[in-house]
Amino acid sequence: MTKSDFAVIGQPLPKVDAWAKVVGETKYADDLFLPRMVYGKLLRSSHAHARIRSIDTARARAVPGVYAVITGADLPRVKFGILPVSQDEEALCTEKVRMVGDAVAAVAAVDEETAEQACRLIEVDYEPLPALMSVFDALAHPEVRIHEYGDGPNVHKSVALQFGDVDAALTGADLVREDIFFFEGSNHLPMEQHAAVAHWGSDGKLTLWSSTQTPHYVHRLLAKVLDTPAAHIRVIATPVGGGFGGKTEPFAHEIVACQLSKLTGRPVKIALTREEVFYTHRGRHPVLMWIKTGFTKQGDITGCHLRTWLDGGAYGSYGVASTFYTGVINPVTYKMPVYKFEAARIFTNKPPCGPKRGHGTPQPRFALECQLDKAAEQLGLDPAEMRRRIVAEPFSKTANHLTITTIGLSECIDKVVEASGWREKRARSGVQLEPPSPKKSGIGIACSAYLTGAGTAIYWNDMPHSGVVTRADRSGGVAVLCGATDIGQGSDSVLAYLTAEVLGIEPKDVHVHPADTSLTPVDLGSYSSRVTLMCGMAAIQAAERLRTVIFEAVAQRLEVSPTSLVARERKVGVPDDWDRAVPFAKAVELGEAIHGVLAFPGSYAPPKRAGKYKGGGVGPSPCYSYSACVVELTVDEETGQIDLGNVWIAHDVGRALNPLLVEGQVEGSVYMGIGEALMEEQVFRKNLHKQPSMLEYKSPTTLETPEIHTILVETDDPEGPFGAKEAGQGPLLPVIPAIANAIYHALAIRIDEVPITPDKILKALELKRLGRPARVGPVKLPLFTFKEPIVVESAFGQPADAIVKRPFTR
Amino acid sequence: MKVRVALSVNGESREALVPVHKTLLEVLREDLGLTGTKHGCELGECGTCTVLLDGEPVLSCLALPVETEGCRITTVEGMAEGGRLHPLQQAFAELGAAQCGYCTPGILLTATALLADRPSPTRQEVKDALAGNLCRCTGYTKILDAVELAALRMGRQEART
Repeated sequence: MTKSDFAVIGQPLPKVDAWAKVVGETKYADDLFLPRMVYGKLLRSSHAHARIRSIDTARARAVPGVYAVITGADLPRVKFGILPVSQDEEALCTEKVRMVGDAVAAVAAVDEETAEQACRLIEVDYEPLPALMSVFDALAHPEVRIHEYGDGPNVHKSVALQFGDVDAALTGADLVREDIFFFEGSNHLPMEQHAAVAHWGSDGKLTLWSSTQTPHYVHRLLAKVLDTPAAHIRVIATPVGGGFGGKTEPFAHEIVACQLSKLTGRPVKIALTREEVFYTHRGRHPVLMWIKTGFTKQGDITGCHLRTWLDGGAYGSYGVASTFYTGVINPVTYKMPVYKFEAARIFTNKPPCGPKRGHGTPQPRFALECQLDKAAEQLGLDPAEMRRRIVAEPFSKTANHLTITTIGLSECIDKVVEASGWREKRARSGVQLEPPSPKKSGIGIACSAYLTGAGTAIYWNDMPHSGVVTRADRSGGVAVLCGATDIGQGSDSVLAYLTAEVLGIEPKDVHVHPADTSLTPVDLGSYSSRVTLMCGMAAIQAAERLRTVIFEAVAQRLEVSPTSLVARERKVGVPDDWDRAVPFAKAVELGEAIHGVLAFPGSYAPPKRAGKYKGGGVGPSPCYSYSACVVELTVDEETGQIDLGNVWIAHDVGRALNPLLVEGQVEGSVYMGIGEALMEEQVFRKNLHKQPSMLEYKSPTTLETPEIHTILVETDDPEGPFGAKEAGQGPLLPVIPAIANAIYHALAIRIDEVPITPDKILKALELKRLGRPARVGPVKLPLFTFKEPIVVESAFGQPADAIVKRPFTR
Repeated sequence: MKVRVALSVNGESREALVPVHKTLLEVLREDLGLTGTKHGCELGECGTCTVLLDGEPVLSCLALPVETEGCRITTVEGMAEGGRLHPLQQAFAELGAAQCGYCTPGILLTATALLADRPSPTRQEVKDALAGNLCRCTGYTKILDAVELAALRMGRQEART
């Protein structure tokens, strides 16, 4: 379909929830105040690693205004974790703590101040254990075990996969590069701290309101950890004040709020402080990487071998998936005929890392794109032209058996090259600005790909990943019930737009009811850029089923064939005889009179395309988005200060369902990438977070954020709703290496680790002056033997399977 | 120790009996039911809790109600007049300047103060004014666009009257 065929799709409409947000009406979790509600606080460990000898709560219980004090002994003895293979957490630790910030006890009191005061009176007797604060520490001390499970002492997960004969491919290359990179961890830093309100009613049923991106997974795990039937638990995701992956699993404070409510017979609210958010974490993994790639003289990749070591922190979280994601998405961007990938996630005594925007992929993307830049220079190629030459083939398979559908990457590269004046600016390397200014300018490029929704659920099942029920009644209003969680990305709006488009009504006529496990069909959650595609496809199916019944009823009334009818402008009729068209509300009335209540389900599950090898379940996606980014900047040779001038980013979004919202996702991704590239770091000193506040933890303000020029490329993907692919994560990925490459262009120094801070710039410049390699980055790799790889034939170059029939399409 | 405070909030006289150390942010949210003002960091670092005191942006997490007696306090709930949105609110909604919306009230009020002071600010002046308000969703682009659009519309309205 072309743009002109749509009424709603492609229009820059306001979000349906924008009006409530600009007047302060939106109720986030912390805005809920229920009658008789009391406040909970968690007592958190001050030790990074220690055995718990005993906990004495007597003095806390005696504080006036305290309603309940609990420890792990007051909860069912069952561990939990977001992934079925990593059930390693306790809401309140019983035997030992594994990080500063682990919760050990909790209080419910009349107000937060009283709860805090009571927490301070709880006496915990700890037996300190050695704290392992880095990958190197954890591997060097196998005698100290953080957990008793995993793929070796302090090794949470180790994977090794090989697709084709990589050694032969590297031997036959004209140029082989080996490089080492490091990517520091960072926090999501959502503006809203996590909050939850639990009410365990006198009917024995539990309701939890929470700022969560995954109400369904919270629902499932509450049933397990509270030993209560899931049928008696209701989880409502309140509008989320920023997630970025940080609210994607069940947390101690949610579980504890529920238990405190049960014990007190009152609603209980627990709102985390900013410091607690930093310790709750689940953010970007610090990853050390070794990458060896072969190139032909023309710049083609002959093969690639990647090794990654992830600093996982104290718990599993999504870590097994994160580990795979540091490897599996790399072959989706460029032609990479053979590929070998080894990765290990190591436990350390720090807050657990997990999924942050781009989940496991920004780190290897930084490594690959910086290495491509180095190779292009050695081969005497323009880095933009080299990338354009090696863009993967549409509708083909990758070495690791992922199916690619549409690719708009060549067009993305062309657009950013043109818009940025790349060729002219690139020719002027390291131009000094108005001498004697110590500032030099540079321009760099990088590209990326990202999945549009994980092809498999975190627990294997044959049920829909997304469900929608769409109901119309004689008012002419249409209700859409869907488990999707709006975290600001606009999922409520997308559901309204798609439904309105199919039914020929206005988005305002659609009432979206999201994320309530008692009322809405399951959606797995707002993660992996899956919601627009999966909920969107389900919403279209439900709306089309509703439209079919309405058309049958109108056809009877007008005595025409249902196939001659269209729905538009809030009417249903025959285009050539529009005067007789029936108003939508009347059409629903006719349908209701024949069919009864008009409520129709829509279901979506991705095509089953997992590679037939162990580990093949991570990486498949219905389709992949593509981005190309050019960064222009200046660097001050005297201070090391980096000033970003302009960022041009072109993103293949398949189709922009609402260009305004897509641009917003792209701009937000660019911004977040800039923060990680230049300043954000989740780092520790003496076992404590070095900067657990928004003042010390630097993130970009309006002053550090450059002008962002967004270009949308549409490829109309056959897998997406009206052709749409993801936009919320992929555009973050190329920004970071594009900045590093631009710095090289400005000063001929390589900073092979992020964040790229002024001190590293000055250090590299000093090395350059001394005639040594002008590079700052890691040099040492851990002593670690990966297991024998699973060897699979490369599927590179095979045509994609025909667009296979998806489940639930009948 | 509790004290009785008399506040002028959004043109209304409000009274509350609160502990003397309770912040303006907490009193607005918990005692006066004005939950549009948000917690972000509790330490005066993020701008999320910004309200106007006599037209000037103030971080309500660092202000005590006793200090604000006799001042005009404006929160996001007080921006619209008689059901008519403030041009900033209108522009923020139209241009997608509110994604998760959590930082939005604080930014709207900071921008209100800016436009009262400088009706036609340059983009750099808008950036300077909003540098104390963090937003993690938008990359600020749509926010700056929306402030500029609102300024333009308010200027036109001014010219007509």
